[in-house]
Amino acid sequence: MELVVDVKLHSYGDLVVLQDIDLHLRPGEIVSVIGPSGCGKSTLLGIMGGILKATEGRVLMEGEPAADCLNPLTYIFQDFALLPWRTVAQNVALPLEHHKLPPGERERRVKDALQRTKLDDFANALPKQLSGGMRQRVGIARALVVRPAVLLMDEPLSALDAQTRDLLMEDFLDLWLRERVAGVYVTHNFGEALRLADRIMVLSRRPGRIKEMVAVPIPQRERSRKSAQLELTELGNRLWSLIRDEASSAEREVVDA
Amino acid sequence: MLEDTMAAPAARLPREPAGRREVAFRGGGFLPEPKRYHSWVAFAGVLALWQVAVSLRWIDPVFLPSPAAICEALWGLAQSGDLWKHVSVSLVRIGSGWVIGSALGLVIGIGMGLSSVTRAVGMPMISAIFPIPKIALLPLLILWLGIGEAPKITTIASGVFFPTVIATFSGVDSVPRNLIRMAQSFNMPTSGIIWKIILPSALPGILAGFRISMAIALLLVVSAEMIGAQFGIGAFLLTAGNLMQTDDLMAGVVMLSILGLALGAILTMIEKALLSWR
Repeated sequence: MELVVDVKLHSYGDLVVLQDIDLHLRPGEIVSVIGPSGCGKSTLLGIMGGILKATEGRVLMEGEPAADCLNPLTYIFQDFALLPWRTVAQNVALPLEHHKLPPGERERRVKDALQRTKLDDFANALPKQLSGGMRQRVGIARALVVRPAVLLMDEPLSALDAQTRDLLMEDFLDLWLRERVAGVYVTHNFGEALRLADRIMVLSRRPGRIKEMVAVPIPQRERSRKSAQLELTELGNRLWSLIRDEASSAEREVVDA
Repeated sequence: MLEDTMAAPAARLPREPAGRREVAFRGGGFLPEPKRYHSWVAFAGVLALWQVAVSLRWIDPVFLPSPAAICEALWGLAQSGDLWKHVSVSLVRIGSGWVIGSALGLVIGIGMGLSSVTRAVGMPMISAIFPIPKIALLPLLILWLGIGEAPKITTIASGVFFPTVIATFSGVDSVPRNLIRMAQSFNMPTSGIIWKIILPSALPGILAGFRISMAIALLLVVSAEMIGAQFGIGAFLLTAGNLMQTDDLMAGVVMLSILGLALGAILTMIEKALLSWR
């Protein structure tokens, strides 16, 4: 399944947040969205997933998702959005509870999602008993349980400390290379974008427009190799040069507000 | 003298080089520590002092009977069956009023939390009526509903309704929006969002409201029974007061205290069972 995004305009009253965003997300492709604070990255993700309605424009799904897909466009949230009164397994099972599934299918899916995110031993734990990294794993398991066609990720690692972020990013990559689910990954972190994305959409300061679409020509599997580091560093510098001035202006704007 | 007191630690600890000194500890304190027996000891102390004061006639027992006399009166009431007769009548009134008031409060509170129209209509009305002491409505309710159980139960229900509706509305209103968005992102139906996300999330606030409404129900049952009832703890207190039977009167007050503690303990048990995840 492919996702075609064509947002002409999105505004809150007189405040224009996004303008002229078009994106064609191909199956298995990961596009990362970066840009200065307040440029509308999360808003764009909300529009892509149908949580927000674009003022002008639309988002289209092209083709059919796999037969076992229960929620083609699935979010992974920055703050995990777990229900604190439910155990890990119950949180993961939540998206299945309003679907009629064959007997045993729910349990099978939950078990499988927990295994794939290395949470099997924590099925009966409550979210408060888990570290931030483990909580985000629950968020990922909950997303995987519906077998999504596109994962929409809103800064999924930003609430975690640097070490946990690195560890989870490795797992993310492993998972990605196995599952090959398409994804849109919103982040502030160039390193995450460069490790994960096939293309990086650089947004301008508000109103967010596509400033440049930067391709990352190295396969994800090879990005951790030494030989790739120079090219990735150059790409990182280019990304930074694209948003540096605007990021600085955006920061002043936030402070002034 | 000062040199003497400084000499002892200096002998045990390695001498610091000149110019260095240890950073003084400034933390500690301001932390609650569990004191398991203090409350019992203080309670027993107050009772003992009270008993001594009445026994030595520092206090006239007609105005304040001794704890022993109150226990004796309480035992007598229990033996005669009067205790259960009055308590059971009050409990039925509290139970009926509380269930009706809480059920209505929950429904309206959830409605106000979920619907902007209900909130816009309900909030000003609730703000206007909430401050009225509900016991002031009892004479009017007697006019409307006649003498009997109905006006008393309605008074209690109206007193319970307002704190419940406000607690429920606040609880529903403060449900983290990210949880609702999460459920929507999985296409969860509205009924599922209400049952699986909003109500469990609002439950701590609702139970806190129940605690307040339970205390109000107890207050109102006594007031209502003092105005127009033959049986019930309020009626018993009024009769004992009129007859200057202060030991019976204080026994009634102790019954109320025990009742309040028992109802509070039941709520604590419910909270522990339902909010064990916190």
